[in-house]
Amino acid sequence: MIRDITIGQYYPAESRIHRLDPRVKIVCTLLYLISLFTFQSIIGYALATLFLVSCVKIAKVPFKYIMRGLKPIIILLMITVVFNLFLTPGGQELVHIGFLRVTERGLTTAVYMAIRMIYLIMGSSLMTLTTTPNALTDGIESLLKPLNKIHVPVHDIAMIMSIALRFIPILLEETDKIMKAQTARGADMESGNLIQRAKAMVPILVPLFVSAFRRANDLAMAMESRCYQGGEGRTKMKPLIYQGRDYRAYAITVLYVAAAFVAGRYIPFKLWIF
Amino acid sequence: MSLKLEHINYIYSEGTAYQKQALKDISLEIPQGQFIGVIGHTGSGKSTLIQHLNGILKATSGTIYFNGENIYAEGYSMKNLRSQVGLVFQYPEHQLFEVTVLDDVCFGPKNQGLSPEECRARALEALKMVGLKEKYYDRSPFDLSGGQKRRAAIAGVLAMRPKVLVLDEPTAGLDPRGRDEILDQIAYLHKKGDMTVILVSHSMEDIAKYVERIIVMNHGQVMFDDEPRKVFAHYRELEKVGLAAPQVTYIMHELRERGLEVPVDTTTVEEAAGQIVKALKKEKSQ
Repeated sequence: MIRDITIGQYYPAESRIHRLDPRVKIVCTLLYLISLFTFQSIIGYALATLFLVSCVKIAKVPFKYIMRGLKPIIILLMITVVFNLFLTPGGQELVHIGFLRVTERGLTTAVYMAIRMIYLIMGSSLMTLTTTPNALTDGIESLLKPLNKIHVPVHDIAMIMSIALRFIPILLEETDKIMKAQTARGADMESGNLIQRAKAMVPILVPLFVSAFRRANDLAMAMESRCYQGGEGRTKMKPLIYQGRDYRAYAITVLYVAAAFVAGRYIPFKLWIF
Repeated sequence: MSLKLEHINYIYSEGTAYQKQALKDISLEIPQGQFIGVIGHTGSGKSTLIQHLNGILKATSGTIYFNGENIYAEGYSMKNLRSQVGLVFQYPEHQLFEVTVLDDVCFGPKNQGLSPEECRARALEALKMVGLKEKYYDRSPFDLSGGQKRRAAIAGVLAMRPKVLVLDEPTAGLDPRGRDEILDQIAYLHKKGDMTVILVSHSMEDIAKYVERIIVMNHGQVMFDDEPRKVFAHYRELEKVGLAAPQVTYIMHELRERGLEVPVDTTTVEEAAGQIVKALKKEKSQ
């Protein structure tokens, strides 16, 4: 039930994508996301689809898992599509019913917007599914290191992030346990009106907060007793080092971005109006 | 009032990378009034098994009958089942949430739809049963000590007056004294009412003293299901799955090997002491 959130949920598998340096995955995902916004024709999106599908195949992550990340944005997606579809002026008028009018421009924008948002989520889900949360924060920390020079506490931010990520599954499990315990005492969380349901959350939220604070306290104590003092002078047990495969992954991504950019903008190919 | 499990299978996260079969073809019969111990190593499926008893987990396949009624049948009231089969989870004190201990214990009866007076009466009764002193009733449950919190949480389930009480490791994380007190209290409750009590533990020592039947779980299957002395006779097999018979079993076997005529199927220290004295007297007189 509450386990549908894929972000921050690692999918263990042995694949080339899993083995890549987290920095590569972060940068390549970013590049991919940016590339999505440069296209002006269907060819670019075709290439983007090809790239995404092949990455998913190589990563050996079941497609179902990646689609799961889309669930929370369905409503946002629908609103965007509807607004773009009916409120964009320009081009020939396709449909006209009462005050609603769909133009060519509106249709293309709506479709492109939908594809962009879906691929945005799928692309970033692929990254989080193939990278352990720890590797992810390591990568972010390493990529943001230059900001240290302007006194941004990069290490602290990374530590906060990794702890937050680490706590997601723990708290989910805890919630599950507390829900079961209260259900065993006859609590009913599914029926009733909005107010009754909100009230029914109290027996779950209070123990959950108590346990979150207890865990945070324990963790702080454990870290201090192991002499944690922040980032200064701290070395890593497994420093990130680029391998040959990481450079190849960079090369492939850059190649894709360049190809998609050129094809999506300058090749005069149209499928009807797209 | 009896529970009957037929060919229960349970698979966690079916169809994902984390898929795991936690229960394999379990069939059990639990008559009313028995005191049962469920024992198994961590991950043997004992916690999963007991969560089936009040319908919190639904078996992947198989049927459970409570009082002869199939609990998976359409229209069966799970709420009713849950008030008859009380389940006390591991670390039950983590479920406390109310402002006062008394209010928290009232939560169960309130969900059963009882009047506030009746709730209060049942809560007071339950708190007395678990032996929590009256001065704590109006305190915040978060101000109590570990052992007291656990008592309050157990009272929260007892207040629903279940016919079957299932406790998952009720003594985990308690000191030896707290452990003995809780177990004695549970044994007393069993003796007093005609409640079925199912006690889950990984320690034979804890259980041997109290229960009349032991179910040993291993890798999601029932390995042994018998009275304690017969189960402990398999002490070598128990060791192989990471469990052990109570220490007295070992002592009696050792004594026998060294030539003292004692029975090896004693389960408690007191019983063993008596038998050893008897054997020594007999030896002297010869």
